[in-house]
Amino acid sequence: MSGPIKILIGLRDWVDARFPLMRIWNEHLAKYYAPKNFNFWYFFGAFALLVLGIQVITGIWLTMNYKPSAEEAFASVEYIMRDTEWGWLIRYMHSTGASAFFIVIYLHMFRALLYGSYKKPRELLWLSGMALYLLLMGEAFFGYLLPWGQMSYWGAQVIISLFGALPIIGDDLSLWIRGDFVVSDVTLNRFFSLHVIAFPLLILGLVGFHILALHEVGSNNPDGIEIKNNKDEKGVPLDGIPFHPYYTVKDLMGAAVFLIFFFAVVFFAPEMKVPGTQGLFLESANFIQANPLQTPEHIAPVWYFTPFYAILRAVPSQLGGVIAMGLAVNLFLLLPWLDRSPVRSSRYRGRNYRVALTLFVISFLSLGWLGLQVVTPLYTWLARFFSVVYFSFFLLMPFYTAYDKDKAVPDRVTD
Amino acid sequence: MKTYNSLNNIVIIFFLMFSVETFATADSKLVHMDVDLSDQQSLQRGAKIFVNYCLSCHSAKYMRYNRMGSDLSIKDQVLKENLMFGTEKVGDVMDISMREEDSINYFGVAPPDLSVIARSRGADWLYSYFLTFYKDESRPFGVNNLVYKDTAMPHVLWELQGIQRLASKENVTAVYYDPTYKDYLELLTPGKQTERQYDRTIRDLVNYLVYISEPIKLKRTKIGVWVMFYLFIFLLITYMLKKDYWKDIH
Repeated sequence: MSGPIKILIGLRDWVDARFPLMRIWNEHLAKYYAPKNFNFWYFFGAFALLVLGIQVITGIWLTMNYKPSAEEAFASVEYIMRDTEWGWLIRYMHSTGASAFFIVIYLHMFRALLYGSYKKPRELLWLSGMALYLLLMGEAFFGYLLPWGQMSYWGAQVIISLFGALPIIGDDLSLWIRGDFVVSDVTLNRFFSLHVIAFPLLILGLVGFHILALHEVGSNNPDGIEIKNNKDEKGVPLDGIPFHPYYTVKDLMGAAVFLIFFFAVVFFAPEMKVPGTQGLFLESANFIQANPLQTPEHIAPVWYFTPFYAILRAVPSQLGGVIAMGLAVNLFLLLPWLDRSPVRSSRYRGRNYRVALTLFVISFLSLGWLGLQVVTPLYTWLARFFSVVYFSFFLLMPFYTAYDKDKAVPDRVTD
Repeated sequence: MKTYNSLNNIVIIFFLMFSVETFATADSKLVHMDVDLSDQQSLQRGAKIFVNYCLSCHSAKYMRYNRMGSDLSIKDQVLKENLMFGTEKVGDVMDISMREEDSINYFGVAPPDLSVIARSRGADWLYSYFLTFYKDESRPFGVNNLVYKDTAMPHVLWELQGIQRLASKENVTAVYYDPTYKDYLELLTPGKQTERQYDRTIRDLVNYLVYISEPIKLKRTKIGVWVMFYLFIFLLITYMLKKDYWKDIH
């Protein structure tokens, strides 16, 4: 063995004698056995980690030049776009990263619905994932105020005022969140603090929890089979392969594909100006500095909140809308207990669940589209229709899953 | 023949009902303009129009003169002599000396900063806006606008374009090449420039406004092509790596 390698191994052993380096490496990578039949849908967990990394790193550099004050915030973003070396790239990566995070997370959640990944014994894994999703929504909401454009300002104004609809505590609660009677410099400062330190810390901690929980129970797979039930004499699952190197190289290839899409947006369409929109990732109204005295014609949240925004608008009473919206986000938490089917993967489930999931996806996408549109009577009724479908997916689940004609599940993974 | 006439009447009524109002609101009615940032001469001409006609009331306070100089290949000396009126330092931003309270006195509102106006309004909006000023004695500066109804801005380019008026319904004369505009405006007094020349002038100006709204746009897509090139090679390598590792599985 050559000299430098020898030194490195010696260093590794020195550390390992004082810190569980090899144990962590083995438990989570080299001897963590993942099912060999992961498909396309299993890339999105790794992608989420990649986007988190992008957001943290670009966020650190943005913070070096951003000024969290109502007087300077808008100008400092333009300063980053023009005068900071590569500032435009860092900023576009961060703004694209926000939307990419939600795309990845929605597909990651869809995977769980497709293959029953939330079911026993993965309930805590699912709950921690949902908590991460809620934290991500908060993180995105706080971050969206920071450029201090018209949409930042009025979006925050509208969303905070929703808390005001709650009985008794409503007004005091929204005042407490804003720290002022309207969204102001005070609000911007605290949102900055929450965005750059409080929520990232919570998210990073919970990501650790999520991965530990995953590695404790093991990964689910497209067949929804427990690979730990079939082990060889050494205790290695017959259908499992070590995460490293198999899935590290596979995810590396996936990351290359992801980055192609990601940087295509960053370099060629950072605003994501789809016809009929103001820009899905960067809205044109947000290039006007926040003005508390002038309400924009059309206030809409960013695309990743629009399914819930459509539900909010579909309910005639404001309090009812707020409750419906809150339920729409939080009903996911109950999935492990609403689902009565013994089968995990939709591959072996009966027609009921497959139809229900299809309708749910259609209603989620339709609500997302409707939430971007200006209200018309027709759209309101469509939003009501799709809201009913959306809620039925969850609330009727105990019934249609209990009486589903599930198929026989194989003992071993199929591909 | 009779059917043709009644059909014609319906079309006219339809236009009367939706004409001017729809222009004021619907983006789809804007005249489209192809922005061409690769045309450096157009950007240089746009810069000249901008500093001569816009930069006395409007600022572009996030845009530096020397950034424009290096992006548009304008030497410092030329910048100072032809394009800088308020300052001597090429590193300065395009600010104005008019105070906000004064401009509110003059115009009723403070003229907005134009650094990122092309990103909030869009090129088509700006282009249509410059096309559709027309004479309206009821307004403080004697002009109104089809795109931005009751705009507070005077028609600063009137000496180039001339003065338009709203065409009476019987006497519609074509003013612009775009069919949607033909029916609304006609030239009352010609300006220094012909229609074609004025059209080029405002295309240059809008090109320039798009450029200052995001100066890096000139280079962004060029860098992007290289990034894509690299990433595809990276994908090829990782694909071969994955294939090699996975040849025993399945």
